[in-house]
Amino acid sequence: MEMREINAKGIYYRDLNQIIRAAIKEGEREFILKNVNGQRYIVAGVNVPIKMEIYGTPGQDLGAFMKGPYVRVHGNAQDGVGNTMDEGKIVIEGSAGDVVGYAMRGGKIYIRGDVGYRVGIHMKAFKEKVPVIIIGGKAGDFLGEYMAGGIIILLGMFSAIADKPLTGICLGTGMHGGVIYIRGQVSPHLLGKGLSPCELTEEDRQILHTHLSDYCHELQLDLEEILQGDFCKVVPVTHRPYGNLYAY
Amino acid sequence: MAFKKLAEYYPDFIVERDEKECNLCGRCIRECSYEVYEYDEKKKRIITHHERCVGCHRCEVFCPQRAIVIRRNPSQFRENELWTPWYIKNIYKQADTGGVLLTGMGNPQRYPIYWDKMLLDASQVTNPSIDPLREPMELRTFIGRKPDALEIEEKDGHFSLKTKISPQLQLEYPIMFAAMSYGAINLNAHIALARAATELGIYYNTGEGGLHRSLYQYGKNTIVQVASGRFGVHTDYLNAGAAIEIKIGQGAKPGIGGHLPGEKVNAEISITRMIPEGSDALSPAPHHDIYSIEDLRQLIFALKEATNYEKPVGVKIAAVHNSAAIASGMVRAGADFIVLDGFRGGTGAAPTMIRDNVGIPIELALAAVDQRLRDEGIRNQASIIVSGGIRCSADVVKAIALGADAVYIGTAALIAMGCTMCQRCYRGKCAWGIATNDPKLAKRLDPDVAAQRLINLIKGWGHEIKEMLGGMGINALESLRGNREKLRGVGLNEVELEILGIKPAGR
Repeated sequence: MEMREINAKGIYYRDLNQIIRAAIKEGEREFILKNVNGQRYIVAGVNVPIKMEIYGTPGQDLGAFMKGPYVRVHGNAQDGVGNTMDEGKIVIEGSAGDVVGYAMRGGKIYIRGDVGYRVGIHMKAFKEKVPVIIIGGKAGDFLGEYMAGGIIILLGMFSAIADKPLTGICLGTGMHGGVIYIRGQVSPHLLGKGLSPCELTEEDRQILHTHLSDYCHELQLDLEEILQGDFCKVVPVTHRPYGNLYAY
Repeated sequence: MAFKKLAEYYPDFIVERDEKECNLCGRCIRECSYEVYEYDEKKKRIITHHERCVGCHRCEVFCPQRAIVIRRNPSQFRENELWTPWYIKNIYKQADTGGVLLTGMGNPQRYPIYWDKMLLDASQVTNPSIDPLREPMELRTFIGRKPDALEIEEKDGHFSLKTKISPQLQLEYPIMFAAMSYGAINLNAHIALARAATELGIYYNTGEGGLHRSLYQYGKNTIVQVASGRFGVHTDYLNAGAAIEIKIGQGAKPGIGGHLPGEKVNAEISITRMIPEGSDALSPAPHHDIYSIEDLRQLIFALKEATNYEKPVGVKIAAVHNSAAIASGMVRAGADFIVLDGFRGGTGAAPTMIRDNVGIPIELALAAVDQRLRDEGIRNQASIIVSGGIRCSADVVKAIALGADAVYIGTAALIAMGCTMCQRCYRGKCAWGIATNDPKLAKRLDPDVAAQRLINLIKGWGHEIKEMLGGMGINALESLRGNREKLRGVGLNEVELEILGIKPAGR
């Protein structure tokens, strides 16, 4: 089947998603959505490996619960990108809003620009399923809060907000799994309680190289330039943050 | 200073052993998972560590000689209305450890129980009562959004429904098994709940710990829960159940998150929750994608989109002071059913201070919510399910008369399976094999036996509900829903009567 192009202009989100679901059911696997303007839940819950190119600005919860699709946004995205996402890849050529990848359990989200607050909260990893979020720009408060697994990479390079710090406050608060890599320095007062930035190991460099190669390939960025920067990482102090909290 | 923890000097229970009857078979040692008993080789006798006894009665029941009795420790502190042993011992525990007091099950403290202050009506002389053994009696209940009006179409003398009805759950009894996660209780308990729900034509709720692979076959009778930790939430899971419930809060611990200690996260639970073995499973207090009613609407519709609008999506909250306003928001946000969990609602683990001091009685919350939704003309848009301290069929009938569509039972279901309410679920050592993931202990719960006991309980309650309905001259549960004229209050003040929307007895 050839690529299905849909002009989303003026189509209510429910109708748009219904059209997409029906087409998937008929066997369609490649889509181009034009003139998207705030339609919510695009690709939400889709569990077949479709390819979706989006022109315009998709609305909240793009790719929520999705398992398998490849989504590319030629523009910015709103809040809730990849909410509780399972597998697949979302590439955003612009910036994204708040709560990207909430409770994400697998797959990849690549964002070229900035992200808002509460990104990567409660991401979790299990065996071979390791979710990855890469942010080319800067992040707001609470990045990786409650993080239970997975990888967040914050580059701070392709930001539209020059006067803002690399990250907001409370990075990794309550983190009990996973790792956050940061290009550049992060002031300890911005980190969650008990956390401190630490040095990379050779294994970390391998991980960074692997994921950033793919990121640069998807977004046509210069890997050399990115890797030239100094990285640090933030990892949890314990995987049992509340192990000693209780009187039995 | 004392050489051991001060709290250990004052046992809650004393184990009395009839030495004449005891033949040292050692059964008590094997049965007790809290290590109360120890065999002393030299003295050839069983030593008892009274301070470890939680009062679960496992040894008492299983002693072949019936030689054991568990009693409340008769040794008491000096009488004091303010400083009861409860407070004194809690202070010892915290001074010993510096920790937060942890507990299980629902609020056991002396607060009013409004179920016991409401009485049901019966027919006398006029509007004759109905004998359910002779006449049909309808308990069937539908959970889901109801239309504002029905449009009927006529075609060649045939009538059909034109209005498209939202997805509904069909219950043969107005009772479902409340959310108890796989992890908090074990797989055998979940199997029992799933099988019983299937057999009874009702539903059980997965709780927030995901759904074990072997239980997908019971999906038709399963409500899958989505909580802040999103454990085990993926498309297969969402599509597996008959309905989806977003858990915002729970009556035992309103406003705080869940925490399954790493000790309870074994291999199977790790696979189902999709987190590493031995890692704490933390559910944050809020959903971090929900900070408002608008955000709640976003998640409700994300779930509806992800499941093609084929299932009712509900929202569960703990009963708190402004539940009525929140419930209105929940309904307007698109919830097809709302669940109110009262302050007596159980839990596998909660900080004691929260369990015992936060939330409000379900009876008041239910009355307030039902009234509010009626006043706003949106009561038909969502079903109301209540939970938290439903102990018997009369509580169910009173809840329905107050405005509930159905109830959830959690604690009552556990008791049916053998739970003795020792409130030590958080220890993970449940000697009755329910709230434990230790394979040796979990084996004690036979899912077939437990399922049959659950079926027996609901069938028994069903008969009783029919009798009570018949006594009121009602032959369908639907006629009792929100029919507060069938309730009268005893020993309630005017404000309480007003909130409950009922008259005092005698009027």
